[in-house]
Amino acid sequence: MRDQTPVTVRIVYLARLREAFATAGESLALPAGSEATVAAVLDALRRRGGPFAVELAPGRAVRVAINHAMASAADAIRDGDEVALFPPVTGG
Amino acid sequence: MSPKGRPEGESTPKRVSAEGSSVSPKGRPDKFREPEGNPVTVRVQTADFDAGAEIARLRAGDARVGAVAAFIGTVRDVNDDASVARLTLEHYPGMTEKSLEAIVGEAKQRFDVYEVLVIHRVGDLGPTDQIVLVAVTSAHRGDAFDACRFVMDYLKTRAPFWKKERTPEGERWVEARATDDEAAARW
Repeated sequence: MRDQTPVTVRIVYLARLREAFATAGESLALPAGSEATVAAVLDALRRRGGPFAVELAPGRAVRVAINHAMASAADAIRDGDEVALFPPVTGG
Repeated sequence: MSPKGRPEGESTPKRVSAEGSSVSPKGRPDKFREPEGNPVTVRVQTADFDAGAEIARLRAGDARVGAVAAFIGTVRDVNDDASVARLTLEHYPGMTEKSLEAIVGEAKQRFDVYEVLVIHRVGDLGPTDQIVLVAVTSAHRGDAFDACRFVMDYLKTRAPFWKKERTPEGERWVEARATDDEAAARW
């Protein structure tokens, strides 16, 4: 049931991740043939190395929201989604 | 975090039978009954707030209310053994409001409360400044206390805010605490 349509998402980085990556966000096209999931986005970013590999390393606490709703690694993403990556929240 | 509610079987039955009618059980018109739909009960702002005025507005004219519980979070000058000179609060515009509204909606499902208000500040703050206000009106204190605490415990782990502290050693992002997850898990 794998869809071959290219999936491009808007990535938003917040708080510590925004500073570590020196950007508030970017457009990311998922590699052809990869499943369109949160995990695939994280894998694609990790492969860049540098701060992405450090901050998104397995075991680091990173939260993900798709279109403003909390998501988990297995959740599917669709073309045009806004995918936000951020550390555990510390408000209140 | 949809405000539409939880799947069947997971939700706690709501005990407020009078909600939704236009006349209170005592036959008086409810002047400040919530309009149908989604009332604005959450605010994210840089400005300070006047808790007394907010609470007065929240319960104004509502004779059903027998209990008001409120919590105010403020900036400490010490955190994790370092002195804190300033605090910057960042959030995720759009998601912040949605998540707070979902938490308020959940509180209204779980507890016998009338009104819930959440005000959370963002931007640059200093020691003694107010950060957050949660205020709840109810007929009785038990539900007012519980709902207030529930909203704060959920807010601490689900609402997209982040604190950055300025200390003598430089700036640092505040780390999330495991005790906050434990507090939220109790509910």
